[in-house]
Amino acid sequence: MPKRTELKRILVIGSGPIVIGQACEFDYSGTQACKALRSEGLEVILVNSNPATIMTDPETADRTYIEPLTVSAVEQIIARERPDALLPTVGGQTALNLAVDLAEAGVLEKYGVALIGASIQAIKLAEDRLLFKDAMRSIGLAVPESSVVKSMDEAMVVADRIGYPLIIRPSFTMGGVGGGIAYNVEEFRTICERGLKLSPVHEVLVEESVIGWKEFELEVMRDHADNFVVICSIENIDPMGVHTGDSITVAPALTLTDKEYQRMRDAGRRIIRRIGVETGGSNIQFAINPADGRMVAIEMNPRVSRSSALASKATGFPIAKIAAKLALGYTLDEIPNDITRLTPASFEPTIDYVVVKVPRWAFEKFPQADRTLTTQMKSVGEAMAIGRTFKEAFLKAFRSLELGASGRLLGQRVSEEDDVSLQQALGIPTERRMWAVFRALERGWSLEEIHRLTKIDPWFLTQFQQIVELARSAEAVGARDLSDDLLRDLKRAGFADADVARLAGMDEASLRERRREIGLTTVYKRIDTCAAEFESFTPYMYGTFEQQCEADPTSRPKVLILGSGPNRIGQGIEFDYCCCHAAFALRDEGYETIMVNCNPETVSTDYDTVDRLYFEPLTFEDVMAIIDRERSAGGEVSCVVQYGGQTPLKLALPLQNAGVRILGTSPDSIDLAEDRDRFSKLLWELGIPQAASGTATSPEEAVEVAGTIGFPVVVRPSYVLGGRAMAIVYDTAALDRYMRFAVQASPEHPILIDKFLEDATEIDVDALADASGGVIIGGIMEHIEQAGIHSGDSSCVVPPFQLSAAHIATIRDYGRRIARALNVVGLMNAQFAIKDDVVYVLEVNPRASRTVPYLSKATGVPLAKIAAQLMVGRTLADLGLTSDLEVRGSFVKSPVFPFVRFPGVDTLLGPEMKSTGEVMGAAESFGSAFAKAMMGAGQHLPQSGTAFISVNNRDKAAAVPIARDLARLGFSLMATRGTAAYLRAHGIQADIVFKINEGRPHVGDELLNRKIVLVINTPLGRDSFFDDKTVRSVAMLQGVPAITTLTGAAAAVSAIEAIRHEGLTVKSLQEYHAR
Amino acid sequence: MDAVLALENGTVFRGKAAGAAGETGGEVVFNTSMTGYQEVLTDPSYAGQIVTMTAPEIGNYGVTAADVESRGVQVAGFIIREQSAIASNWRADGTLREYLVAQNVVAISDVDTRALTRLLRSSGVMRGIIATGRVVPEELVEKARALPNMEGADLVRTVTCQEPFVYTPPADDDFGVVPSRAGKRRLRVAAYDLGMKYNILRRFAAHGCDVTVYPAGTPAATLLETKPDGVFFSNGPGDPAVLDYVIANARTVIESGVPTFGICLGHQVFGLALGARTYKLKFGHRGGNHPVKELRTGKIEITSQNHGFAVDPATLPPEIEVTHLNLYDGTVEGLRHTNRPVFCVQYHPEAAPGPHDADYLFAQFLDAMERR
Repeated sequence: MPKRTELKRILVIGSGPIVIGQACEFDYSGTQACKALRSEGLEVILVNSNPATIMTDPETADRTYIEPLTVSAVEQIIARERPDALLPTVGGQTALNLAVDLAEAGVLEKYGVALIGASIQAIKLAEDRLLFKDAMRSIGLAVPESSVVKSMDEAMVVADRIGYPLIIRPSFTMGGVGGGIAYNVEEFRTICERGLKLSPVHEVLVEESVIGWKEFELEVMRDHADNFVVICSIENIDPMGVHTGDSITVAPALTLTDKEYQRMRDAGRRIIRRIGVETGGSNIQFAINPADGRMVAIEMNPRVSRSSALASKATGFPIAKIAAKLALGYTLDEIPNDITRLTPASFEPTIDYVVVKVPRWAFEKFPQADRTLTTQMKSVGEAMAIGRTFKEAFLKAFRSLELGASGRLLGQRVSEEDDVSLQQALGIPTERRMWAVFRALERGWSLEEIHRLTKIDPWFLTQFQQIVELARSAEAVGARDLSDDLLRDLKRAGFADADVARLAGMDEASLRERRREIGLTTVYKRIDTCAAEFESFTPYMYGTFEQQCEADPTSRPKVLILGSGPNRIGQGIEFDYCCCHAAFALRDEGYETIMVNCNPETVSTDYDTVDRLYFEPLTFEDVMAIIDRERSAGGEVSCVVQYGGQTPLKLALPLQNAGVRILGTSPDSIDLAEDRDRFSKLLWELGIPQAASGTATSPEEAVEVAGTIGFPVVVRPSYVLGGRAMAIVYDTAALDRYMRFAVQASPEHPILIDKFLEDATEIDVDALADASGGVIIGGIMEHIEQAGIHSGDSSCVVPPFQLSAAHIATIRDYGRRIARALNVVGLMNAQFAIKDDVVYVLEVNPRASRTVPYLSKATGVPLAKIAAQLMVGRTLADLGLTSDLEVRGSFVKSPVFPFVRFPGVDTLLGPEMKSTGEVMGAAESFGSAFAKAMMGAGQHLPQSGTAFISVNNRDKAAAVPIARDLARLGFSLMATRGTAAYLRAHGIQADIVFKINEGRPHVGDELLNRKIVLVINTPLGRDSFFDDKTVRSVAMLQGVPAITTLTGAAAAVSAIEAIRHEGLTVKSLQEYHAR
Repeated sequence: MDAVLALENGTVFRGKAAGAAGETGGEVVFNTSMTGYQEVLTDPSYAGQIVTMTAPEIGNYGVTAADVESRGVQVAGFIIREQSAIASNWRADGTLREYLVAQNVVAISDVDTRALTRLLRSSGVMRGIIATGRVVPEELVEKARALPNMEGADLVRTVTCQEPFVYTPPADDDFGVVPSRAGKRRLRVAAYDLGMKYNILRRFAAHGCDVTVYPAGTPAATLLETKPDGVFFSNGPGDPAVLDYVIANARTVIESGVPTFGICLGHQVFGLALGARTYKLKFGHRGGNHPVKELRTGKIEITSQNHGFAVDPATLPPEIEVTHLNLYDGTVEGLRHTNRPVFCVQYHPEAAPGPHDADYLFAQFLDAMERR
């Protein structure tokens, strides 16, 4: 059957900012889809609000719109571009929901846009839980008993009928937001009320609990000729009750007989047919009662998903790419399998290894958050590992989390918890449950007891027990008596050298030497979709300890690019973007490119991105083993460490000490910039001002240092990313508390103390420098929030919107001089603050920064790509870059926060980074760009209504012009007593409203009654903390923009004004960059 | 206990004993199914073969009496990467290791089965020996070289039933696929047991057929005398070309005009009976993921496969139509006689292990029998 030849232009919708539940996997799938469509000669129009993606690179699509993912913006794009069809299945739930909205608004019909990949009917059937259940019953499949309710009264009736525990799932929310498990009526009320509120259709499903049942997923595909294949089966080690995104999962399913598996496969086929996904991939979840094998269908996603990205990486079968081709009318047998080349895609991958995925959470950033894992996803990233056995894959996955050797699961002899709390830690799943399982095994608890509490399948528990026993043997024999056989068993079971060395009491270097002597070294096997039945042409590899190595390295000059590992707050897609660009650039420069990474969501771990891909943990042992192997064929190996964030940087010095050539800026320069004393000395020599600072290794010393500098001060541990444990303290008592409870200071890990430049304007700068001393400034990005808020959490704009020309010139000058002084070759990020007309340097990082992709999109110059060229000897002059980069238009980057996932956590911003992702707003004016950024971030600025203002005393004066502007724009104002009095005194009318603890109706009531459409609330200090926090939380849950800084408020006002006067128009990157 | 796998080309793999102690020899082949090791172990088509599973974790769900495909284990030996210490499944009767020991099957674990598979893929299947305990590998290599070749071996005699019997289906078949249809009346099938998998019988029963099973050497006339609605030729082990007595019976049955269906070895026997030739594949097809295209509809089935020989399409007479092709390597997967009610497939519509995509072939046989 030929492809659908009537299709010429396709609109692809991306997934927007990285949020919990939607991360890099949709950049991976979206990019694949765009490439696949273009390779078929189609024109691709792309819309995505997230600039930190490969898919929004101007080269990925014919027209790239970085615009808010709203009906109005996309309608404008459709009107301009007139695509023939819309592909909504590669941009997660966001794209699917937006496609439904566009259809319901009549936009698709109006412009004659066909929906390909999934029909509206199929989307609804899969998404609407009630329709889904009916559909399942109609094809003879069992489902958990349930009812959909629209009110609390209905909910209570259903709860009585089904009985506890109960699962509550709000309709049409992403990643299960607002859902949960209720064991009693009280919990049920709380979760139901929240769910009804969060559901856009005010509807929740109340469902029979199948908690503790075994949980499985199938990744399936179907073409228009009704051919059906299962790409991968996935088993969740954490049984039902924990969201699959929060579960440790394994592929393939390991505890199903063929009879059970084939029954599930048959069900998968019936489901995709019944739901009516005519072409493409779907994810289907099943639960099986371990006692009697009863199987129920749980849910189905008629699109590519996080699990399909995992399945693609786990099998080597590129689901998104194939899905895009199927949408064009190909059948599976018409598409070749990339890896084997000779066989078609109409087959089911078979794998001869085991894949384990482990989530990574960020609860340390949200101390007040409830850590219980439920049906609502809470993790921010994941690591995947591949091994020949489950044990090997499992231990590799844990060491990929970068929590220390094997994630410190093993041999933690000292454990404080008593048996009761250990029981609790096993019974109530949190992010620490696997650690509890290992503690219990180490204490000799029986598998039956652990199974009773966790419901984890005994097969997995047996594997864990074997790991514990192996660890115990290593510990028992010690280094001297460690036999070759035991060492071999340990390594084959996935133990890191660091684990073995610690357990046996020896150092890692001598262990490595010992291994070399007995020939126990890592070999590499290929991921080939077919368990070696056919030859593979794609060097996609994982390390293991076996007889035969298939790495087959070449003698070409090669560059190893170290990726950034699992996503976490502060280290996410931006770094993956940079790593991919390094690969693209260096491939063009004639090097063989080799990627090492362990994050299955990413574009960097697509075997198409590089010449050779090693899916391995980013530890010294694992990376060095790859380098040794790659060197064995004679090709010189260099390493790029400055693109993957903190993860590869930590390896820079050890690698250099091991004789590996590090490309670009030297590890010593990186250290110079990180080392407080060395860096201060450098700035002093350069005559560049820096805020007063010092370091402390004890609480006493800290108080002394702060005394000299003067409060307020910013305190933080050295060598961290994302402002981990960073705080602003205003007095000695707070400083003492911080030193004693928040951090562990020591001579090796001093605490950095800086003078806090209150109310200063902050600026980020990214610069490019070459080995011959050439430096250009890529952009000067002015923060919209004042200093004190982590740069990753601040909105920023390029070009700067209120800096003086003199300050800009000073910043350029400082940037250039610092880059030269540090001998930067490649990228450098510097942060500046301007206070009282003085430009201070806050910090400098000679490496890729979070702003590189955003700035690349704004300038049209691929900074990361150029920096990689500079690292291998090109000069800026060679590349025709002789002056600082300019932008045309205004480009605002705004952060997106996960607060809605963590009820009870304050939404207030501070020096510790909390955002998970970002959006970009582009327009001709700052106001419009900011408005678009707010929209993209899901903050819908109102055009009229009542604004609530409550600010602290320091902010009162500055709040006046903002209030005046709002009044001028026709807003009514509501304020708390103090603020209202101040405003009235300045001639601005404002109604008084009670604070939450003052009486009713209070501001919370007004928010709930939807009277307030905008909240401007700056923190009032410790005493009113609870009050403020409640207001912000209520506003968040109601979807009312809550702005916590006055600079942010001023920007919001200009945005409201811009929308009113300019309206919103759309424009593609290609148009912005046209010269 | 240590164990060694020695191949005729001199390659030696060291591992651990994973079943009975002792020594065994056979043709070493690989199977790429990720589930269904028990069905593989008990499939009579593997007689004389040592099977390695490419999936590394084997034994996880133990063994269960309900999942056997014949009286007991049929493979000559078993090679795996990692053996489960426990059986974790509500249906399990015991662990794989206990089962292998009880059935006296020599097995080896901790082998780099991927390296072995790559070797078999590039050099073709070869003879090998598994031996446990203290052994001299060079001697084992010599023994492997002395083993008989699969080509020219009649292994059907070793696996076929001794006496005819009437098949009685199990009382409940929880995991049986609901057939697309059952016979409009009870249909009587006479089946040649060339090493038949139980699931073929279960599928016939599910489709409303009463099956009488005959030893491979039974003259065709004996079956035809019973006036069956259809005759079936089963799967089985070894080289089809040497089965002259089966081929002769097939010719008689085909000429009789009785609807006839064949699977796997049965398919190869039909090819030979109709005048075509068979040849040995380099490393065979064994697994559950091969795409097969039904040429008339263009539909693709994911199939269960287990064969080392194939029918050469160039040698087929004109009245024989190729109905199915393997999309991996273009080999013949199905044949149909254009003027007699005779058809057959190389792969396994009965699955066990493997996907159920081809179950429609049983209904197709019902059609042929009912038309008569």
